[in-house]
Amino acid sequence: MPDFSGVDFLRLDDLLSDEERLARDSVRGFVSKEFLPLVQEHVRRDGSFPMELVPALAELGLFGANLSGYGCAGMNNVAYGLVMQELERGDSGLRSFASVQGALVMYPIHAYGTDAQKERWLPELAAGRAIGCFGLTEPDFGSHAGGMITRAERRGSGWRLDGTKRWITNGSIADVAVVWARGPQGILGFLVETDRAGFETRDMKGKFSLRASITSELYLRDVEVPDANRLPGAEGLKAPLGCLTQARYGIAWGAIGAAMACYEEAVRYVQEREVQGGVLAGKQLTQEKLVFMLTEITKAQLLALRVGRLKDEGRLHHSMVSMAKRNNVDIALQIARSARDLLGANGIVDDYQAMRHMVNLETVRTYEGTHDIHTLILGEHITGVRAL
Amino acid sequence: MKIIVCLKQVPHQDARLDIRSDGAWIQEEGIKFEINTYDTYALEEALRIKDAAEAEVVVVSIGPDRVTQALRTALGMGADRAIHVKDPEAEASDAIGLAKILAAIVKAESPDLVIMGMMSDDGNFAAIAPMLAGLTDMPHTTAAVKVERSNGTLRIDREIEGGAREVVELRSPCVIAVQTGINQVRYASLKGIMAAKKKPFDVKSIADLGLGGQVGAAAVKVRIEKISPPVKGERAEILEGSTQEIADRLVGKIKELGLL
Ligand SMILES: Cc1cc2nc3c(=O)[nH]c(=O)nc-3n(C[C@H](O)[C@H](O)[C@H](O)COP(=O)(O)OP(=O)(O)OC[C@H]3O[C@@H](n4cnc5c(N)ncnc54)[C@H](O)[C@@H]3O)c2cc1C
Repeated sequence: MPDFSGVDFLRLDDLLSDEERLARDSVRGFVSKEFLPLVQEHVRRDGSFPMELVPALAELGLFGANLSGYGCAGMNNVAYGLVMQELERGDSGLRSFASVQGALVMYPIHAYGTDAQKERWLPELAAGRAIGCFGLTEPDFGSHAGGMITRAERRGSGWRLDGTKRWITNGSIADVAVVWARGPQGILGFLVETDRAGFETRDMKGKFSLRASITSELYLRDVEVPDANRLPGAEGLKAPLGCLTQARYGIAWGAIGAAMACYEEAVRYVQEREVQGGVLAGKQLTQEKLVFMLTEITKAQLLALRVGRLKDEGRLHHSMVSMAKRNNVDIALQIARSARDLLGANGIVDDYQAMRHMVNLETVRTYEGTHDIHTLILGEHITGVRAL
Repeated sequence: MKIIVCLKQVPHQDARLDIRSDGAWIQEEGIKFEINTYDTYALEEALRIKDAAEAEVVVVSIGPDRVTQALRTALGMGADRAIHVKDPEAEASDAIGLAKILAAIVKAESPDLVIMGMMSDDGNFAAIAPMLAGLTDMPHTTAAVKVERSNGTLRIDREIEGGAREVVELRSPCVIAVQTGINQVRYASLKGIMAAKKKPFDVKSIADLGLGGQVGAAAVKVRIEKISPPVKGERAEILEGSTQEIADRLVGKIKELGLL
């Protein structure tokens, strides 16, 4: 397979700094040469991730790349976004791994943790020596996370946690779980070492989507943790939502990566595929599909780039991230479906990428706030009326 | 110890190449560039020496503004310092002119070692390393596939005809031109890229190097007149169609020639 050289119709590269381009290109090369040769095998084995790459991913600085100190790269948010784009160009499972570790585990420790918690976990997580997971969703509460049943009760000077979390990325391989639970006065966040008594996991099998990623259930049966494991800065539901804003921002970029991979594959394929009366590329219906893809990718790039710049300037509103996540995942899914279509029967086998991205994007559309939930967030932003 | 690595930036392997209107080179506007493959191995070899011992790695490139990206990548991978020769006269030079520019830098820096790619992906001249060695009076070797160091002496395996290897010994300072595949090239880490921002980056003109009038368009001895895409030769036949059709036709041809 030829090297991936990106999609840049509007010369948006000119709007990037040297280090933003370098970060992107370095990760791009890594994904092409080190990750993509392994992905097929892991997709065939549902719920597995190429763990042997974790040290190299850490060495590259991909975990918590936009955080500063504690061994993190301290890149700006645009560079971070471009990195997420390149990871998801490989596979949504790869991007999810980095998103969970960085935006959902390292970020809350960085933002809401004590110095001791930061010193204990951040260097280990950045170096990939420790893996983290983020437990918010429960069997009965997904979109409405505020309804969670998992409880945190005072037990002496510490806490006792009880409940079940479901759909937790990297749950069974995690060394530390960020667990959100209902406390006496609202939602609280805890760092739970996964070897504590009463903590168990079970992997979820039979996924059609995000197969190159581990998804687990967490069972917390009267797990006791000291108060030093509570994230003191995390007060109420806005704390986990703050993490989600970070992760959703990365997804808005990631989706562009998946879309570009599908577009590139489709463009290459139609130029070689002979159908009745010539190459597939020479058909108007094909061209219309490709024009849609390129136009939507370009619009998504502009959206992500602008949101990234605003984030770096500290002028971001979470509804902007909702728009970027909602739009970019939506168009990426449409592009993947269309690319799959153009590939004909070849499009349904795993020698090609389009269908893998397509089914992955079904997960991406659902997690981190479903498409419809982001619609309702934006709807409320416009009208001031909450329809959620 | 000081090592100079010479890097060239070349069109990306997958860039769509169109010939310039004067026919003498490709159109460079709007295409992506990357570090010449051979040179990435040269840089990696230098960085490995640096990892094993104390060494300063200085990367040098000649070219327009876009070359900054190649040098910054090299700094991100771990090089310590960059020198960018940016001058329209430098770009207008032929191989000997470019070798003179590099020689001026090498003389000023007096490194223990110069490592470079054996040739460039685009020009394929394979001329600069031997020319540079000649101009600086340094021993050199080409097609290096293995570099071993022991106090002041370098033992180098080089690839010769038919995949055979020849072992040579060179005394430092010397010029080594490497073959691809000699090592596994590292990726620039995000931290490395951030650190690269603070590393010294010199930009030099031809005048700065004291080479006014000696290189550039006026001094050129070899000029590219015309480039052209490969043409269908008399004896070569390019099979077209789907993979299946090509395979069928190929089998047919082989049978036709009585080879099967
Ligand atoms: C592979 C994978 C990995 C995941 N990883 C993690 C993880 O690491 N950590 C974690 O905590 N969670 C994770 N999740 C869970 C994910 O965030 C939830 O699935 C998501 O929030 C949706 O919740 P749900 O599945 O319960 O769907 P529901 O909330 O039941 O939604 C079902 C449908 O109803 C719609 N809907 C819901 N509420 C409303 C409403 N008020 N008005 C109108 N429509 C509504 C939704 O848009 C959706 O279409 C993961 C999920 C998957 C699939």
